[in-house]
Amino acid sequence: MNKVIRFLPLILVIALGVVLYRGLSLNPQDMPSALVGKTMPDFSLATLNDANRIVKKTDLVGDIVLLNVWATWCPTCKYEHPYLLEIANDPKLKPYVKLYGLNYKDERLAAQQWLTHYEDPYHFSIFDEQGTLGLNLGVFGAPETFVIDHHGIIRKRFAGAIDTRVWRKEFEPLIKQLISEKQKGE
Amino acid sequence: MLNRILFIVVLAFTTFMVAGVANASPVETFEFNDEVTKVRFQALSKELRCPKCQNQNLADSNSPIATDLRRELYDLLQQGKADSEIVNFMVSRYGEFVLYRPRVSSITYVLWFGPALLILIGVIVVIVILRKKPAAKENLALSSHQQDKLQQLLESNKVKASQESNTDIKEKE
Repeated sequence: MNKVIRFLPLILVIALGVVLYRGLSLNPQDMPSALVGKTMPDFSLATLNDANRIVKKTDLVGDIVLLNVWATWCPTCKYEHPYLLEIANDPKLKPYVKLYGLNYKDERLAAQQWLTHYEDPYHFSIFDEQGTLGLNLGVFGAPETFVIDHHGIIRKRFAGAIDTRVWRKEFEPLIKQLISEKQKGE
Repeated sequence: MLNRILFIVVLAFTTFMVAGVANASPVETFEFNDEVTKVRFQALSKELRCPKCQNQNLADSNSPIATDLRRELYDLLQQGKADSEIVNFMVSRYGEFVLYRPRVSSITYVLWFGPALLILIGVIVVIVILRKKPAAKENLALSSHQQDKLQQLLESNKVKASQESNTDIKEKE
């Protein structure tokens, strides 16, 4: 018993070391989203390209949806853009997955120019000038990407840029799962 | 005395100045109908964490999202929402992350009760150690045989010492 007590401080220090070491590799920016598992919030906003066209939640729900939050003031969005084009044009994904944009707190003209200049990967972009839908989605920056299933449930929220590596690791397994869920009629 | 008073006055003054600078937060002007709402606004914006920033509350941060959330907080207060409703509104969008005072739940038990548990463990350890001590003292106490021996040693030492001091005096003479 005495021997155990003698080694207790050493054991405690090692345990503390393990905990702190693990803490080093955690990403403090990575916060669990409050919305995963909840339904997509309702909205009624104009599209970016046509101020007279009002879109609602019902315009999104039904397919497997990628909702990408972007803005022209966001440099990382520019980095992400080619990968979004790749995803939008991927023949394997095209029949199942639809990519929509959420233009977040941006200027309409600048955003329209961005899409003509860099090519438009989105079916349409929702123009959220005030950030109201962004607020209801818990968006705190751009880029962010939400995966919404065919029932309108938010299944994933990813903050940061998508590239090939991120897509393979974070999105591909979930998208595959959702496609099979949809095909089974779940 | 006068110097000391002067020193205290200067110290107090500079402390207030520094505190004033530290409290300076990004300023928007919000008009409140009554003092209570204003106090609630200030309290809530101090207690809610800016989702984008690692360690700043809404009152401190000047990131765009914090500005939006202050605006939203103001609107919710103007709509007459209760504090708990506002907190729920924020948590349902940004998660528990936004609370500087996390709610008691299964994941925060360690956080809430850990310190009390550690103090309890400390108290138990101290009690155990204190209770052990008297037993240890008894073992250290000299037996009557050892006492006698000690007494003898002390006395023989005394005799020696007095003899030595006598010889010292003689040498000086």
